Amino acid sequence: MATTDQLIICEHCDCVYEKVTLAKHQKALCTCCGGVLQRHNSLSVQQRLALSITATVLWIFANFYPVMSISMKGLKNSATLWDSVVALSQGPITFIALVAAISIIIAPMFQLLLLIWVLGFALTSQRSPGFKVCMRWLETLRPWSMLEVCLLGAMVAVFKLAGLLDVIPGIGLFALAVLSLLLIRIAGRDVRELWDTL
Amino acid sequence: MNRPPLASELNLCLCHSCGLACDITDNPHECPRCGAPLHARKTNSLTRTWAYLLTSLVFYIPANLLPVMNTSLFGSGSDSTIMSGVLEFWQHGAWDIALIIFIASIAVPGIKFVAISLLLITVQRGSLWARKERSKLYRFVELIGYWSMLDVIVVALVAALVKFQALGDIQPRLGILFFGLVVVFTMLSAMSFDPRLIWDNQREKPPNEEVMDEVASH
Repeated sequence: MATTDQLIICEHCDCVYEKVTLAKHQKALCTCCGGVLQRHNSLSVQQRLALSITATVLWIFANFYPVMSISMKGLKNSATLWDSVVALSQGPITFIALVAAISIIIAPMFQLLLLIWVLGFALTSQRSPGFKVCMRWLETLRPWSMLEVCLLGAMVAVFKLAGLLDVIPGIGLFALAVLSLLLIRIAGRDVRELWDTL
Repeated sequence: MNRPPLASELNLCLCHSCGLACDITDNPHECPRCGAPLHARKTNSLTRTWAYLLTSLVFYIPANLLPVMNTSLFGSGSDSTIMSGVLEFWQHGAWDIALIIFIASIAVPGIKFVAISLLLITVQRGSLWARKERSKLYRFVELIGYWSMLDVIVVALVAALVKFQALGDIQPRLGILFFGLVVVFTMLSAMSFDPRLIWDNQREKPPNEEVMDEVASH
């Protein structure tokens, strides 16, 4: 059992390799199928935790401030992410509101909470309570967290409405922009390295 | 013969959750490190992938035919489908936005249907054709998968904003539900497919490329 720790299996074709130490910007590719085996992880636990906390603050901004506001003939209206989920929930299409809520609000929130929890304990080189469950949830949530899509969607919506009325991007949109980029950086697959280091 | 050893030859199995190479000599059902269920190949991969794919294909029809939203401005209402939204941008000269929506909403699901069917059929026929390229195709499908959610978000935001009763009101329509389901089911379909099946057949033919630890600088 002990010897398998240094092995790495290509998830795309099942070839077995030994782990290598990578320098900055390097990645190891499978010779058989060309899939990425390893990437250099340039974030330390402290950095990742700091970025996670930043991202949580941004998540709060993105969710509690309007993403954009519009005005038409003296009337004004603004919408947060939650408002847009609620807009979908009316009528027979409620299910899609659930999908939207998970992908743009709930999944990112849980990713951030789990990251802070796990990394907070990792600072003192120990596994957090429920470490296994937390790490597995981070894996499960990843494909369903779609903030970068949400960002592009918000920008398309700005253009869609700009022809009809006045659109003012809100604080939420800027927070969303930074948050989505941060999340790609911190919640990626390299979190798995915690399994080896803790 | 430069091919690296296979996991099955060494009695190993990859844990999908934590990436550990697990020793499966004693047939463990769970990864010893993270506790996730272990299986050499995803269970019923082909059947599940087909099932999800066909489901999403069925939903794709109402998703494109039914209106996704209803716009009423100054009393006159009109339904719009995904394609009519694209055309509207195009006619107003915003070809870039039209292109983004077209790619995300129509091209991406289309590419996914074709790509996943191609992968499924070639795997079922035990084809040796372009295995490396098919592996790349699978990774590409995984990568582009969720961008189709774009339209759902656009409709949601626009509907949440434009709420001025008689003056102007935008409401989501049934089409967006089917559209969202297409995205969810194609994602599930791609997740159920096991790319290792591409390589399972006739391993004896050794690959002759020798690309090791390629350095890619961004």
